[in-house]
Amino acid sequence: MSRATFPRLSDWHIAAVLALFGLAGPFLLPTLATQIAFLWLMVVFALTWDMLGGRMGYNSFGNIVFFGIGCYAAAVIQRDAGLPYFEGLALGLVAGAVLSVLAAIVFGAAMLGIRGHYFAIGTLGLGIAAGEIAAGWDYVGAGSGMALPLYPGELGERELFFCYSLFALAACCFLLFRWIYSTRFGLALNAIRDDQDKADAMGLRTTPIKIVAWSLSAFFLGISGGLAANMIGFIDPRDVAFAGATYGVWMVLMTILGGKGTLWGPVLGAFIFHVTQELFWTWLLGWQRVALGLLIVLIVVFFPQGIMGWLAERRARTAS
Amino acid sequence: MSALLEVKNVTKRFGGVVANRDVSLTVRQGEIAGLIGPNGSGKTTLFGSITGAHAVDEGDIFFEGGSIAHLRPAPIARLGLLRTWQQTRIYGEMTCAENMAISAREAHGHVFSLLRPVPAATRRKGDDLLAFVGLHEKKDDKAGSLSFGQQKLLEFAMALMNEPKLLLLDEPTAGINPTLINGLIDRLRRANTELGVTLLVIEHNMRVIMNLAHRITCLAHGEVLAEGTPNEVRDDRRVLDAYLGVA
Ligand SMILES: Nc1ncnc2c1ncn2[C@@H]1O[C@H](COP(=O)(O)OP(=O)(O)OP(=O)(O)O)[C@@H](O)[C@H]1O
Ligand SMILES: [Mg+2]
Repeated sequence: MSRATFPRLSDWHIAAVLALFGLAGPFLLPTLATQIAFLWLMVVFALTWDMLGGRMGYNSFGNIVFFGIGCYAAAVIQRDAGLPYFEGLALGLVAGAVLSVLAAIVFGAAMLGIRGHYFAIGTLGLGIAAGEIAAGWDYVGAGSGMALPLYPGELGERELFFCYSLFALAACCFLLFRWIYSTRFGLALNAIRDDQDKADAMGLRTTPIKIVAWSLSAFFLGISGGLAANMIGFIDPRDVAFAGATYGVWMVLMTILGGKGTLWGPVLGAFIFHVTQELFWTWLLGWQRVALGLLIVLIVVFFPQGIMGWLAERRARTAS
Repeated sequence: MSALLEVKNVTKRFGGVVANRDVSLTVRQGEIAGLIGPNGSGKTTLFGSITGAHAVDEGDIFFEGGSIAHLRPAPIARLGLLRTWQQTRIYGEMTCAENMAISAREAHGHVFSLLRPVPAATRRKGDDLLAFVGLHEKKDDKAGSLSFGQQKLLEFAMALMNEPKLLLLDEPTAGINPTLINGLIDRLRRANTELGVTLLVIEHNMRVIMNLAHRITCLAHGEVLAEGTPNEVRDDRRVLDAYLGVA
């Protein structure tokens, strides 16, 4: 079954260029290693958001919760387990992934029965509540956050390490999701998006399907949280871990910009968004928030289908 | 012939409106049953009650001898009891072929069993059924881009893909090009005889239902007014009055 991916012929070319960039980029541009690492983090954000928002039609503003859980799980394990750095990090990432998936199962069972805007608003509340809880909980440093242990390697090695780790995570996420979307599970997600009552009435087990989808997103977000926390070196409950107003919104924005529900849309959206942000953010001085708001309006008004959706539409028009 | 579906004394209210009052109806294994009645007489409501879209206020419903009145739509569908909608429901952003693939019976399986590509046999079967309803050329088109009549045909094909024992069709010929209606009647019959699907059909087109159904039940004001063979129902004075708005 041919799925709408544009430009179809060059799927492998894009993948090859990205892989080359992922592998050689940090070497060739060592000063940009941290920026590139953040780029892969953004790709994970967009890919995981698209699983629900694009493929399944559930707009979640609460995915940041899984990222935050990943941040704190790693920080606590690395603080308390008494392990050397890399062992502690590995255990922390596993703990973050497991806890995030558990959270997705619990929240999913409670919230995925809610439809449309109510789900969006409910998940927004989830993200805010998580930030407030973390900010008031002494065990995780409350409002002053947590510091992560120092990376033991040489100067410059640390950036490369996180750059490659996040690249590997983004690549795994992309490949796994691409495969999943090619299975009946992917079709089931689309069916739920297009008409959930119909899917129910055709005998699909929609509730478990929705929970598994959210769990898959949570899995990758949990790991990304642990890696990002270590890369940044410090987690603030509201500005890093449960940063709904920045990361949480960006996830949505990047996906819509690139084209939700498409193979390359989230990746493309993350690239464009991140590069634009890096180029113009400092230059905008205090006006970042205004620019972000403007960007949201522009995207929603002019690119409701995203770039990939727009391209596919144009191709369909010229073909007919 | 044994009873496949038994509706027993079902009452369904929406606030003050009694949409179904003490309705009893039997569909026998292997037959084509018809359900007629003026607008607002409660036909679609009865379909909703049977397929679990809403709970009934009184009465009980049996499928293959077991009560299904308290089941949700998905488990009822998995038992082999399916419906189509008067306004049609298809997956609009997916292609016709994808609509067929996800309507296959194996999609009823446990969530992890879905983590496999669509089997070639399923895809072929989907193609065959699309050809059966005359939509094979539209296979790679988005379902949402089809005309209303074509969407009705697609929805019918999706239902057959699910291999139901009993299929409830809500006005299958509405919106279908009149020149194609005879072909559709033929396909409904073949679904019944060749694929072994028992049918309960709501239909406003009298010519169609008189032609198609073995037995017909007529509703009026939410109650069963008459039932019998097409000829008996057609000649029933009360049915005529109901349609003319006298009753
Ligand atoms: N969800 C609902 N809420 C409130 N009232 C409803 C609802 N569904 C149906 N009704 C009412 O119940 C009555 C029966 O409606 P129903 O749709 O079952 O009739 P019908 O026989 O299918 O009519 P038609 O031939 O026009 O399709 C009508 O008075 C209708 O207004
Ligand atoms: Mg109706």
